[in-house]
Amino acid sequence: MSDVGIEEREIPAAVAVEPREQALGIRPGGWFVRLTVLAIVILWMIPTLGVLITSFRPEGLVETTGWWTALAHPFDAAEWTLENYRIALDAGGLGNAFLNSLAVTLPATVIPIAIAAFAAYAFSWMEFRGRYVMFVAVVGLLVVPLQMALIPILRLYTNGATAGNYIIFPDLDLSGTFLGVWLAHTGFGLPLAIYLLRNYIGALPSSIIESAKIDGADHFTIFWRLIVPLSVPALAAFAIFQFLWVWNDLLVAYVFLGGTKDVQVLTIALNNLNGARGESWHLLTAAAFISMTLPLIVFFSLQKYFVRGLTAGAVKG
Amino acid sequence: MRTSEERPTGTAEVAAEPPPSGAQGLLVYVLRLVGALGIPIVGFFLLWATFDFLRDSDANRFLVVGVAIVVGVGGVFFLYWGMNRIVDLLAVRFRESVRPYVFVGPALVILAVFLVYPVINTILVSLKDARGENFVGVDNFKFVFTDDSMLRAIRNTFGWIVVVPLLGVSIGLAFATLADRLRRGEAVAKSMIFLPMAISFAGASITWRLIYSFRPQGFGSNIGLLNGIMIGLGQHPVSWLDIKPWNNLFMMVIMVWMQTGFAMVVLSAAIKAIPDEIIEAARIDGASELQVFGRIIVPSILPTIAVVTTYMIINAMKVFDIVFVMGAAENRGTEVVAERMIKWFFISGHRGRGAAIAVVLFVAIIPVMIYNIRRFREQEATR
Repeated sequence: MSDVGIEEREIPAAVAVEPREQALGIRPGGWFVRLTVLAIVILWMIPTLGVLITSFRPEGLVETTGWWTALAHPFDAAEWTLENYRIALDAGGLGNAFLNSLAVTLPATVIPIAIAAFAAYAFSWMEFRGRYVMFVAVVGLLVVPLQMALIPILRLYTNGATAGNYIIFPDLDLSGTFLGVWLAHTGFGLPLAIYLLRNYIGALPSSIIESAKIDGADHFTIFWRLIVPLSVPALAAFAIFQFLWVWNDLLVAYVFLGGTKDVQVLTIALNNLNGARGESWHLLTAAAFISMTLPLIVFFSLQKYFVRGLTAGAVKG
Repeated sequence: MRTSEERPTGTAEVAAEPPPSGAQGLLVYVLRLVGALGIPIVGFFLLWATFDFLRDSDANRFLVVGVAIVVGVGGVFFLYWGMNRIVDLLAVRFRESVRPYVFVGPALVILAVFLVYPVINTILVSLKDARGENFVGVDNFKFVFTDDSMLRAIRNTFGWIVVVPLLGVSIGLAFATLADRLRRGEAVAKSMIFLPMAISFAGASITWRLIYSFRPQGFGSNIGLLNGIMIGLGQHPVSWLDIKPWNNLFMMVIMVWMQTGFAMVVLSAAIKAIPDEIIEAARIDGASELQVFGRIIVPSILPTIAVVTTYMIINAMKVFDIVFVMGAAENRGTEVVAERMIKWFFISGHRGRGAAIAVVLFVAIIPVMIYNIRRFREQEATR
């Protein structure tokens, strides 16, 4: 609190010698800046706030008055309840769906990272013919619409693939299994994973890799002992990205896992609720908030990594 | 920093390099292929066998997830390690020409199965009939470009491609610039804008249905925020999502809400990377804050703006969830291309049409793909 006086001082632009401000290269804004920022923040918060408040209100009140009316008497116990969450978790099947979402998301996050890390290392630090062309192909695959891949993969899962009499891909009945979803997410997540990780791993100083080689380390040792520990920020960033993406995905789960009660993930349960009980706002909002909890926790606790990872490749030039 | 000579500069140079000749050359190719295929095939069956066993034993879900993580990560690592050891057993002259394929091969094999093969397959199916059996020529494409609903979908998707990146990038840029000038609270303010990124489309749709909610007279009170405001202003409540064509815009707003945070974070990082001296120099020369923004900040981060815009264009092109979850696209005239594809393939059961729509989407994305590759090559050239 002692530096408030310094922070409040107006600094003329031409003589900005105050070290803190100069280091940041900014000129603090006045009331206009503060009000605009505040207005946008409030505007952005309103939708989530509406869900949060509605989910804690009893059904009778939700049905008759808007959620904003609860703000008028926030300390009235009759205005609030936890009942909605209990019903959503039990009757709505959200508890089970939460577990299914975990079962889908964790392996579908970890497997592509492992595979992409090896590939990114090879693209960065191993010499082989076609390295550049292969990587350019990966960059190209970044934009292939997911929708395009769903149908053929689903057929591969249910029918296998044959060329003449040879079975290229056996019919393993993968549709409706967790394994099928993991593999699909692995495939769809790989281009971005390889791209982001190569940007990071490729930018590591070559001197450390050269010196490791001189010390007699082979590629596998360099990768495992040197590159992986150094790349933790990038690995974490992609992990968060993939986690949020898989957790929030509706399409891939819908196509490969289906909507039956025992395997449905949160997004599908939510969508089913939305269709079947579209006007039961007290349940819908509780369900929506349950589905947001884990991503919000992950996001807020690991935000720094996430932002750094997103900007690692994009801010060049 | 590596020198640029290390890196082949293009396809021509790679092709010019003579392939190894004779039986030894062939052996190298076979070894590379084995190296590339070994891990994915063994790994897949390892996972499959474990999982099949667990499925049969009707195991607890926690156990399944636990085993999956252990096998998935431990197994993958162990497979790479094992493959690497096998390569070590090869004759010295083969080793280093096979090893890279062990590292990079599994990823390429998976990409081939899950992305390259589907693209080719979808193109084939798009030329076939409803059940994907007989070739029907370009009938499906004729359908795509003549059907009323499809034409609306194409028109709407164009709207998404223009509006979402435009609003997202400009709000993101404005917010990044303004938040940069806050004395305190910058991180909190940014987190609040970024927060919707962590929410699923399904969750976001419920969130926004609560804002647009409308109930006709006699069907209960209007609890939607917008209609609450309308009533507060003494107006009649409005069924927002049924007002054509503005309902499209109302859905685009949802995506803007979700993605502005991404644009803002990336742009903010770029703004902070501009050297302070440049901005200070302009200020000393008497430039106003608006001039600093328009003549220095924006031009310096133009490449980043391009990247963010491209990313948002691709996302807008592929938008599906919002429209799908909001429902009744055909009645409301809010169809988009990706949503039509799912509708035709999975709900109406016409494979050919579904595939044709996917192909159209892919062709539309090819320019972005080429731009992406070009940008990457430029970036590499300046590395």
